[in-house]
Amino acid sequence: MNGSGFIKGMFVTLRHFVNSYVDDVRYGFRKFSPQVDNFELRQGTQAEGVFTVQYPDEKVAVPERFRFVPFLVVNNFDHASDPGKDWCTSCGICAKVCPPQCIWIVRSEDPTTGRPVPEPEAFFIDIDICMNCGFCAEFCPFDAIKMDHDYELASFDRTNNHVFDKPKLSKEMRYWKSIAPTRAVEEMQVRGGWEHKDAQKAERRGGAVRGKPEAAAPATAAVAEDASKEAKREAVRARKAEAEAAPAPVAEATPAADGGSGAKPWTASHDENEKRKAAALARKAARAAKRGEG
Amino acid sequence: MVMAQPEVMDAPDLRTLSVAESIAHLKEKFPDAISNDTREGYSGVIVDKQKLVEVAQYVKETLGYDYLSSATAVDYLGEGNHSTDHLEMVYHTYRTTGGTALVMKAQTDRETAELPSLVPVWRGADFQEREAWDLYGIKFAGHPNLQRILMWEGFHGHPMRKDWKEAYYEEETKPFGSRWPGGHVHRAEEKTIFGSNVKYPADLDLGRLADISDDQLYQGFGMGVDTHQMIDHNGMETDLLVVNMGPHHPSTHGVFRMVIKLDGETITQLEPVMGYLHRNHEKIGERNTYLHNIPFTDRLDYISSMGNNHGYVLAVEKLMALGKKYEPPTYRAEVIRVLMVELTRIVNHLWAIGFWMNDLGAFFTPVLYFIQERERILDFFEATAGSRMMCNYMRFGGVFQDIPERMHSAMNLINDRVRDTDSMKFLTEMINERIPRTIDELDEYLTNSEIVKTRSIGVGYISPENAINYSAAGPLLRGSGVAYDIRKAEPYSIYPELDFDVAVEPAGDMYARYLVRLNEMRESVRILKQLLPRLEYTKGQPVSDNNMAYSGKVPLGESYGRVENGKGELGYYVVSAGDKKSTANAWRYHVRAPSFINLTPLGLMCQGGKVADIVAILGSIDIVLGETDR
Ligand code: SF4
Ligand code: SF4
Repeated sequence: MNGSGFIKGMFVTLRHFVNSYVDDVRYGFRKFSPQVDNFELRQGTQAEGVFTVQYPDEKVAVPERFRFVPFLVVNNFDHASDPGKDWCTSCGICAKVCPPQCIWIVRSEDPTTGRPVPEPEAFFIDIDICMNCGFCAEFCPFDAIKMDHDYELASFDRTNNHVFDKPKLSKEMRYWKSIAPTRAVEEMQVRGGWEHKDAQKAERRGGAVRGKPEAAAPATAAVAEDASKEAKREAVRARKAEAEAAPAPVAEATPAADGGSGAKPWTASHDENEKRKAAALARKAARAAKRGEG
Repeated sequence: MVMAQPEVMDAPDLRTLSVAESIAHLKEKFPDAISNDTREGYSGVIVDKQKLVEVAQYVKETLGYDYLSSATAVDYLGEGNHSTDHLEMVYHTYRTTGGTALVMKAQTDRETAELPSLVPVWRGADFQEREAWDLYGIKFAGHPNLQRILMWEGFHGHPMRKDWKEAYYEEETKPFGSRWPGGHVHRAEEKTIFGSNVKYPADLDLGRLADISDDQLYQGFGMGVDTHQMIDHNGMETDLLVVNMGPHHPSTHGVFRMVIKLDGETITQLEPVMGYLHRNHEKIGERNTYLHNIPFTDRLDYISSMGNNHGYVLAVEKLMALGKKYEPPTYRAEVIRVLMVELTRIVNHLWAIGFWMNDLGAFFTPVLYFIQERERILDFFEATAGSRMMCNYMRFGGVFQDIPERMHSAMNLINDRVRDTDSMKFLTEMINERIPRTIDELDEYLTNSEIVKTRSIGVGYISPENAINYSAAGPLLRGSGVAYDIRKAEPYSIYPELDFDVAVEPAGDMYARYLVRLNEMRESVRILKQLLPRLEYTKGQPVSDNNMAYSGKVPLGESYGRVENGKGELGYYVVSAGDKKSTANAWRYHVRAPSFINLTPLGLMCQGGKVADIVAILGSIDIVLGETDR
């Protein structure tokens, strides 16, 4: 009969319509009560009918491997010997393997010898550019960079908020354990313990933690060593401050010339931004004029 | 099975020659026009450009390589094992009866950059040659409509040429030196606001853009018509008009435009206009290392990222196999790959049919029914690969990680318990129950519906001969009765040992394409069911022995990896060239995008149809603009 196929199709719609209430009845409308574990009913594998989630009041849990903008693992802040120490050794592998090249790392150098120190002085990720591919975490040989689960990163000010620096990126080891318990344990087994690879190696060697041969020195020398450490830190800080204070690339500079001068546009003050804008407009006008002539 | 057999049947044995025999035969036939491509790692023949059309004609008609899969350009500039600088067109031709490719190449120097057009031989070369003109500046003598296709007409230069540099250009190849060890961050857009190469061609009249009349707007399409013209059809008068549909039209599946010439309601001519989402994926891909490209392929056809990954890793694995240190994927890795791409195919077809229903006017009700299962499949992808759509799952020689034990989540959110199921149990339930149930429901819902039938039977017709000639692929080709499925025609991965049929329908209209998709999903379920025991007994085998360290290199050579993706044949042409033994960055990275090439016959399919069917015909091709525009 002409139309029977269509009517059969309408029954499918009707079935869906009815089913969206069946669960309600079956579970006595618990589906909509705020406290009960009603997700089971709506999102479980047996669920029928309405399926959607009332974000942001309800959130679907993300699986362990879920990957969003990476973070840097640091020692727990209550770590016995090195609270908050970076796991990253600034080897640069993640910066090289990052497809859109959104990781920027400044390697520390020993202020006296000038030799590289296995610790990043600065570490940036431009989260606007990050494509959440997870390569950095996959290829980091020190388990120092991991993919996060926090996907609510939207902000109203892209320019100032979306380049994450080291303090913003750093999260405790404990956090990684909490979001990826099985993975963290697997990694621990490969490393042979919960501590950083290098820390363990140093321990096996009977002493020094990487980059800190002083730690193994006898107690009497320890105080002196501490002082020298402090001095070094002071030097690094001073250098950082200097870099900070270095004049921002002034707008008059030719566009491509200010490559690695260390200025960080998002930290620039309002005035500087204004200046830059004005200069840009001037350049634009100049170019337009030139085009007009040509 | 309806085959396109051109009339030349006097030498039928030539159609069964192997590729090597075909080449030998060609050399006999055209002694001075054909030479072997002897470069390291290359295959195929180099054809003298004077004789190109003649040879192509012969290859197609007499040797039976009737399907032009891919035509693309390469710019050999600078040092390397390709001493002379030149531009090269590479043609991959196949027989629709199956088998491997006969690869032809034609060379021209970079200054004159002119080659004969192969559009008279294969209509499928149309858009691909326009792309080569647009991106490489190769002029194709005899092309009917040689104008830019992805860039706009005011664009200066040909961006895929090796000496063309993009805005914010940093270095020839990644990784960039500025990132480490002295990686002081800057934002590219702060460094230079307009980029350093915003140029216009000298003869471009920018004033024209500000104030443009209709006539001028459509002139480029040969459609500069007087919109007030009336046509008299035996007493019934109709308007002749040009309608510009898109780019911001909700039913073009993205930013896509069609310029349509109408006689009353009847379409007399249609030109697709694309490139609004163009980001020069291939240029990015040539700056990238081989590894970097994997997540970028996710962004092509973002509905089926697993399939995109698969094609690309196959192409690069072929190249890696030329070297010494290469471990092919383990059996389990292959099983998981096929599992993922078949699930992806189901997702793709559910979307395709669902959106096609939208285009037919069944607004969002069907599609929302179907994608409930898609959501669950994506849950599985998320648990395994880490992301729902941008899976980035496959690696050279394996996959990222094995399927997790449980679809686990540790975040202390309210629905922990629900999702914490055993992965294999979840998969089994999906494959044996949920997915087949949804497909059956879809079948019951739509297949016999009179509305669907009335709208789609006989509409958007393309004959098998034309489908092959226009290089249509996937359901578009199989819906015209050509049983061409790469999984059978040139099998890869573990497909040879799996039992499935090629879904094919002879009618060549929209309804046939719908049926092909429906049956293909059933076949996918059949494959998936065979994979379940394989998954069980390969448990514990390694899957992620990464052949490639973060800076892995690939031996010199070329390769073309292709897979049957949901939308059709997805091919990657990858060239590794340089002056060392191996390279870290692809010299050429080309994507043969099914969504792009399947649009070649759109004008043909719409011709003579009604304006209201355009949207539905476009929907029945199933395009994704991320892949079309690349
Ligand atoms: S790969 Fe790991 S250790 Fe190396 S720089 Fe990156 S985060 Fe640090
Ligand atoms: S996730 Fe990918 S894109 Fe993002 S920082 Fe890591 S490597 Fe780069």
